[in-house]
Amino acid sequence: MDAIILQILNGLDKGSAYALIALGLTLIFGTLGVVNFAHGALFMIGAFCAVTLSRIITISHEVVDESRTDFLGNPLKVDVPYVHDWFGKETGDVIIDWAVPLAILFAIPIMILIGVAMERGLIKHFYKRPHADQILVTFGLAIVLQEIIKYFYGANPIPTPAPEAFTGSFDFGAMLGMEANQIIYPYWRLVYFAFAAVIIGAVFAFLQFTTFGMVVRAGMADRETVGLLGINIDKRFTIMFGIAAAVAGLAGVMYAPINSPNYHMGMDFLVLSFVVVVVGGMGSLPGAVLAGFLLGILESFASMKEIIDLIPGINQIIIYLVAIIILLTRPRGLMGRKGVMED
Amino acid sequence: MLGLNKKDTSLLILVAALALFAPFILNPFPAGSGMAQFNAGYPDLMQRFVIFGIFAIGFNILFGLTGYLSFGHAAFLGVGSYAAVWMFKLLSMNVVPAIILSVITAGLFALVIGYVSLRRSGIYFSILTLAFAQMTYALAYSVLTPITGGETGLQLALDDPRILDGAASSDNIPVPGLFGMEMRGSSQLELGDWVFTFSTGYYFSAIIMLLSFYLSIRIFRSPFGMMLRAIKSNQQRLNYTGLNARPYTLAAFVISGMYAGLAGGLMAAMDPLAGAERMFWTASGEVVLMSILGGVGTLIGPVLGAGLIKYMENILSKINSDILHGWFAFMPDGLEDIIVSMIYPFIGKGWHLTLGLMFMLVVIFLPGGLVEAGQRISRLFGRKKSEDKSDKSTSTEPAE
Amino acid sequence: MGILEVKDVNKRFGGLQALGDVNLSVAENSCHAIIGPNGAGKSTLLNCLVGKLIPDTGSVMFDGQSVLGRKPYEINQMGISRVFQTPEIFGDLSVLENMMIPIFAKRDGAFRMHAVEDTANEKEIVEQAENMLESLSMGDKRHMHSASMSRGDKRRLEIGMCLAQEPRLLLLDEPTAGMARADTNNTIDLLKQIKDERDITIAIIEHDMHVVFSLAERITVLAQGTPLVEDTPDKIKGHPKVREAYLGETA
Repeated sequence: MDAIILQILNGLDKGSAYALIALGLTLIFGTLGVVNFAHGALFMIGAFCAVTLSRIITISHEVVDESRTDFLGNPLKVDVPYVHDWFGKETGDVIIDWAVPLAILFAIPIMILIGVAMERGLIKHFYKRPHADQILVTFGLAIVLQEIIKYFYGANPIPTPAPEAFTGSFDFGAMLGMEANQIIYPYWRLVYFAFAAVIIGAVFAFLQFTTFGMVVRAGMADRETVGLLGINIDKRFTIMFGIAAAVAGLAGVMYAPINSPNYHMGMDFLVLSFVVVVVGGMGSLPGAVLAGFLLGILESFASMKEIIDLIPGINQIIIYLVAIIILLTRPRGLMGRKGVMED
Repeated sequence: MLGLNKKDTSLLILVAALALFAPFILNPFPAGSGMAQFNAGYPDLMQRFVIFGIFAIGFNILFGLTGYLSFGHAAFLGVGSYAAVWMFKLLSMNVVPAIILSVITAGLFALVIGYVSLRRSGIYFSILTLAFAQMTYALAYSVLTPITGGETGLQLALDDPRILDGAASSDNIPVPGLFGMEMRGSSQLELGDWVFTFSTGYYFSAIIMLLSFYLSIRIFRSPFGMMLRAIKSNQQRLNYTGLNARPYTLAAFVISGMYAGLAGGLMAAMDPLAGAERMFWTASGEVVLMSILGGVGTLIGPVLGAGLIKYMENILSKINSDILHGWFAFMPDGLEDIIVSMIYPFIGKGWHLTLGLMFMLVVIFLPGGLVEAGQRISRLFGRKKSEDKSDKSTSTEPAE
Repeated sequence: MGILEVKDVNKRFGGLQALGDVNLSVAENSCHAIIGPNGAGKSTLLNCLVGKLIPDTGSVMFDGQSVLGRKPYEINQMGISRVFQTPEIFGDLSVLENMMIPIFAKRDGAFRMHAVEDTANEKEIVEQAENMLESLSMGDKRHMHSASMSRGDKRRLEIGMCLAQEPRLLLLDEPTAGMARADTNNTIDLLKQIKDERDITIAIIEHDMHVVFSLAERITVLAQGTPLVEDTPDKIKGHPKVREAYLGETA
């Protein structure tokens, strides 16, 4: 029992990331009909937003501390971050500690800007081109984006810690009244899951309850008719692309403490996210979310020792195996609509 | 000649001449001169040119003709390499049985994966091939370690049986050869300041590449090739014309898988080891890049694309900022630094950035790749010449 | 006994009865038109004949053999060719190549792997294709990129491709939809010529009464998925039920 709960918990954080990326991919595919291979790069850029912000707020200037001396007996020079000067030492330290959550505010405008620029500058010209061309050009864009990041940040992963308050783990088993120290789960992963749930809920609420969302949903179902109603679909779709980019970026920001950001993390996630989208059903938002969590949890179950002993190597291939089986038995995925990408 | 029309024959002769004289053509700069680092005429790199050329030619038979975009072709290349190394271990260091087995193994592998993947089309097909290739990669790394050597890769050992070679009781691991000719053997020709290297391995691979290229021309011009183009053009009409698209696409898939296996086998023949990283999906992405850059659906495009990418990977990537500073040393210091800092991100370790940008530009502006660029340029210069042939220009024969 | 026998065919899509107890018999070497208002089930019926859809119940026999459960290419090989509402041709291929493909299909069946022969050496096939193009008066267009032709020419080519297989039954799905008057008349003339020169059965689904009355020998009127009446064109013109259900709405 406790092993099962542990595996479900373990699957949640990866599943959350899959679900968030797949959600953005599906938004773009469903609204614009574009297969975006650069979506993983947006996730990666989000993670680097966290890195960037934590670097910005630790920008320091040198101050001579007269009260202390270095080993030569000279007055000690210390680096003092500007935030200490502005907010005082204690508040400043809190700000530095909370760099990753703060990066959310930093990342939203940046990601929307990048997304809108991408759509207006590149993707727009590919609406009428074949899907293969869309895949190819966004694949090229992904390479370019990741090389730019590599140029500025180097090839090595950059550790980006979570706020100190969340660095520990808590005993999930004890909370449920089971034996202590059986189910231990890091706080930050729980935060990540909750965060993903909020974002997913927000996107769905936005689509469900706002006029904007209603028009977008109608456009997903039948673009031409909505266009005929005199509604400017293109502009809304541009904004939608910005939102999808922001979702991917936020998923990246919050993932930074779980996995130190490196320039190729986007590609690593992209391949799996595409599998997730296809399993969920091309163009189905609930399908993308469901498949994301499902595959995340399945993957973590397949990594259990008992299962690996039974079927060696299953943890490595489970996601692909499930994808193949689903594609062959349910061509439209778990919740796909008819007629999507079937030509 | 050889059952080809005039245009194709001259193309084949051109490619043959390029391959034959590659050690000269690719070594235009005297050894030891400042430009010598741009020389690509060393055996290791030339072998890579032709081997990846074969890989791309095969990929183009699938993607260029049928439009099915496979994101898992590197798996066949990897399987081919493993098969060849196993032949070296068990049977003989002769490359012929090794290469034959790699082609057959990759073909069988492609038959299975293609049979399943081709039940879907479009992006679903791409994802299926990607999933199969990633599974193969993951398994090669973990569970299949006894067969694949896992993380260290599959290597030759002194105590391998090598039934046909008998017990060669030397202390060195033997090297692959062709009936006694060692693949790594080479001879050098010095002409003044120039040094040209002729390697057995390169010429062996080049001959195989020429045969593969010839076969691909034949396939392009055959009724089979026409059916494949018809599949890309309109599958619905094909179905209602009494033709079953599935066996055609499967045949194309298997043929291109065998090409990949051949390339993998040759890689092992040049350097007898095989590793799982050859099957990673980025390796599959690379062959996509090669075909598109060169000109997908054209005969020579994939070979050009393979050459260009391998040249960038091996030559462009070696230029560091010191070399750049050396080039621009004649400029005033400030300007020199600015120029160098502007160019630097695109070369050396940043060559992928150049690749990505070039790739995007080609997809956006030049769907026919380098071949289309060449055609546009030649049209620009030879406009008068083409006027009297204008009625021919509407024909849709695939461009060379 | 007609060459095509449709018996008690039913097809439902969810709650919608698209076809209800359709019975239809098309006599050999006749030209039979199926007309009806939008949503009458004409296209559904056609799709059941060519294997794109499978009826829920009932039978479809072609020349004494059932077509149900066969794939479109198999049904085509039995001798049924289909012309689509929007011309379906191989747009990336030349006109001549377009014409060669059905001739290959006729000669070699559903699949043959001639991977290293030169297409240009298939002299017999090239000749047949060129003759076919001549008879359509498209000989001068043989090297054209087929996607760049006019809609009328595409339609002409598509009909020619179907004929090249020498089918026994030619199915046409609104062959003149969206065409200019001149193209429509050309198509009618072409079909008349085909009817006169060949032993072929033609079944045509059409909206345009001008086309129907110029070609058809018998007409079936379909309304709400069920055949309303079947008769000769003259009788159909004066039939009160038909006027009410169909002609009334356009008159």
